[in-house]
Amino acid sequence: MKILVCISKAPDTTAKISFKDSNTKFEEAGVQWIINPYDEWYALVKAIELKEQDTNTTIHLITVGESDCEPIIRKALALGGDEAIRINVDSNDSYYIAAQISEVAKNGNYDLVLTGKETIDYNSSSIGGMLAELLDMPYISLATRVEVEGNTAKVSREIDGGEETAEVKLPLVVSCQKGVAEQRIPNMRGIMAARTKPLKVSEPITVTALTSIVNFDLPPAKANVKLVAADNVAELARLLHEEAKVF
Amino acid sequence: MNTTQQTTALKGGEWIIKESNASDTFIPEDFNEEQRMVLDMCHQFLQNEILPIVDRIDQLEPGLMPSLLEKAGEQGLLSTSFPEDLGGLGKDFITSTIVNEGLGGGHSFSVAVAAHTGIGTLPILYFGTTQQQQKYIPKLASGQWKGAYGLTEPNSGSDALSAKTTAILSDDGKYYLLNGQKCWITNGGFADVYTVFAKIDGDKFTAFILERGMEGFTQGPEEHKMGIKGSSTVQLYFQDCKVPVENILGEVGKGHIIAFNILNIGRLKLCAAALGGSKGATTISVQYANTREQFKLPIAKFGAIKHKLAEMAIRIWVGESALYRAAKWIDDKEHEMIEDGKPFNEALLGAAEEFAIECAMLKVFGSEVLDYVVDEGVQIHGGNGYSDEYLISKAYRDSRINRIYEGTNEINRLLTVDMVLKRAMKGKLDLMTPAMNVQKELMSIPDFGSDDEGAFAKEIKYIKNFKKAILMTAGAAVQKLMMSLDKEQEVLMNIADMAIETYHTESALLRVMKLVEKQGEDATALEIDIMRTYLYDAADKINKVGKDALNSFAEGDELRMMHIGLKRFTKVEPFNTKEARRRICNKMLTENNYCF
Repeated sequence: MKILVCISKAPDTTAKISFKDSNTKFEEAGVQWIINPYDEWYALVKAIELKEQDTNTTIHLITVGESDCEPIIRKALALGGDEAIRINVDSNDSYYIAAQISEVAKNGNYDLVLTGKETIDYNSSSIGGMLAELLDMPYISLATRVEVEGNTAKVSREIDGGEETAEVKLPLVVSCQKGVAEQRIPNMRGIMAARTKPLKVSEPITVTALTSIVNFDLPPAKANVKLVAADNVAELARLLHEEAKVF
Repeated sequence: MNTTQQTTALKGGEWIIKESNASDTFIPEDFNEEQRMVLDMCHQFLQNEILPIVDRIDQLEPGLMPSLLEKAGEQGLLSTSFPEDLGGLGKDFITSTIVNEGLGGGHSFSVAVAAHTGIGTLPILYFGTTQQQQKYIPKLASGQWKGAYGLTEPNSGSDALSAKTTAILSDDGKYYLLNGQKCWITNGGFADVYTVFAKIDGDKFTAFILERGMEGFTQGPEEHKMGIKGSSTVQLYFQDCKVPVENILGEVGKGHIIAFNILNIGRLKLCAAALGGSKGATTISVQYANTREQFKLPIAKFGAIKHKLAEMAIRIWVGESALYRAAKWIDDKEHEMIEDGKPFNEALLGAAEEFAIECAMLKVFGSEVLDYVVDEGVQIHGGNGYSDEYLISKAYRDSRINRIYEGTNEINRLLTVDMVLKRAMKGKLDLMTPAMNVQKELMSIPDFGSDDEGAFAKEIKYIKNFKKAILMTAGAAVQKLMMSLDKEQEVLMNIADMAIETYHTESALLRVMKLVEKQGEDATALEIDIMRTYLYDAADKINKVGKDALNSFAEGDELRMMHIGLKRFTKVEPFNTKEARRRICNKMLTENNYCF
């Protein structure tokens, strides 16, 4: 089996978020980058688990980004990818990224394309679906369990009040979330091997992004908390009604 | 620091009399991508596997620590620099030092790992026969077996060679019968393999490999300790313990070579772990200061707190500069010896012995940085810092042992000076010529510093002067006290402190200079603040201990002249350390962690 795992960089969860160019761009200076956790913990580790079950499996990693993405790609290789492809262009909107990935993926004969359910910075959750469309493959989003037997995948996801499980013939695109796999830490041998694994750089195709960012705003600062005495329910109701206007 | 002066690598202790080149100095910013990944991995391992269960570890839950060591083994953390044919990963000395630093914030777990990979394994790796290595090392490297080391006895601690445990050859010549006891044995409660020292026929100090379950070999209960409560510490008892003759490690009567040589590497690694722990403790203190409010302000806004946090960072950063500078010297020397045809074990031991002075200084500095950091960390936490609910309280208790084991800091200070002087006597280190030059300079008109040109010219001169202060004080002490110098431990401590301060300040300066070369002055502004603040304080410390030393053996005009010399050699320009510390601290407050 041949698996393609889409990897994105994301700012470390402790990074200070600020903007530049009149709030139209994310200020990347000083930001520590990590592998987007949904891509790493769920999509990539699932691919590694599938490879552990069937050693004939090959795992390719793909990312759209400039050379500052290489440390996160090496880390993904240290975890267990076999080789990586970096499309050498700054990322843009979801369509732009999906189009770049599909250009590589369409000739790669992949049986399974895994993505995280979203990146933790833009949270658009749209790469998987767009990729499936561009590659003309079926798509299951927000998977909580992925199993593969022969050329059939069984994918579960949560629905209102329960879980649904679909059986799909490969090839297939799946976006993964919690439940699909457990976080792993690369070990020393993995880290050492990562250095010698192929990391190919390919140039982007010409694609026009479909959206552009007008501006960013930080969430409003938290207002002061008002403490209401536990026995003063009337006052609480009044505040909720008149000030918070929740009813 | 003069780019043309140094053409060959420095030998151990030579920094006292020679200048170093910034671009040849290894700094943590030189870590390659793999080394950065290793450091990250260690932090992640602590975060995921250790920190969530530190309390269970401290309760000595049966089987827990061995299972964590096995997990560390699966990660490849127990065999970083062991040869590949013995199950190791064959990495360089810098990478294995990084592992020690990376795991340093793991409280009792760090102690268990350090003991296992250091004193628990290295004696066999370095001194074992091929058969002994093949039998034990792969299993120790994987964590399947755990290692421990028994040197100390109830009445022989720092004076290790006065050990009372005896070994007598059995009548059939197949066994040694060991009798005696060992104490403070880290990992002793669960280890499978122990390197134990005993005197054959009561006088030939020799190392033996013991295995759990050998006849006549028993262990006492767990000790109740002030800190590192999760680290197993027991006594070992030998009652006609039968040890096969093939389990002698190294040569009969040469146990001291094993006992003492293992310690050099251990001391440097202890420094690495202490600095790793210091970074963790600083981060939790920064985070606490940012969130704890008093007088309607986060306490991080108060200058008294900023001073503490900045000083924590300064000492860590300076220590780290000195640590990796020496680690690279050892790494280079090891490679040089391997290229000269020496086997790996002789090469690393030889390299560590060459830099034994630096290892001793690092041990002292690193352990005292950690003690400072956790002490002020508790202070920043106020009453909460005194509560077991807060991790800083555990860090405080766990820190204290570091000034005691791997040679007390007093022994390491004495050793620092002793080794320098011994090398001078043997002609390995020419202290005489520069010391005479300093004496001549004392008689001459002072240099008013008109040649202060170029980046960091002043700081370069200050370091040169600090070295002159050492040479003047040590030179006079040797001349005056002669053979009785070793009885004047107070003077030796003073000289050691002068050396430790100078070596560390110089390392920080070299790191700053290399960083400025790499990334420019603006991007290095805070590191320059760190270096200048440390240097400013070091000048006073050197002056103070130098005076204490001189006052104890010189008098009259000679004493007055040396006082003037010392003042001249430790004179630095005024520097606003308050503002520098605020800048350093504010950066950490913004980042919400130790970020240098």
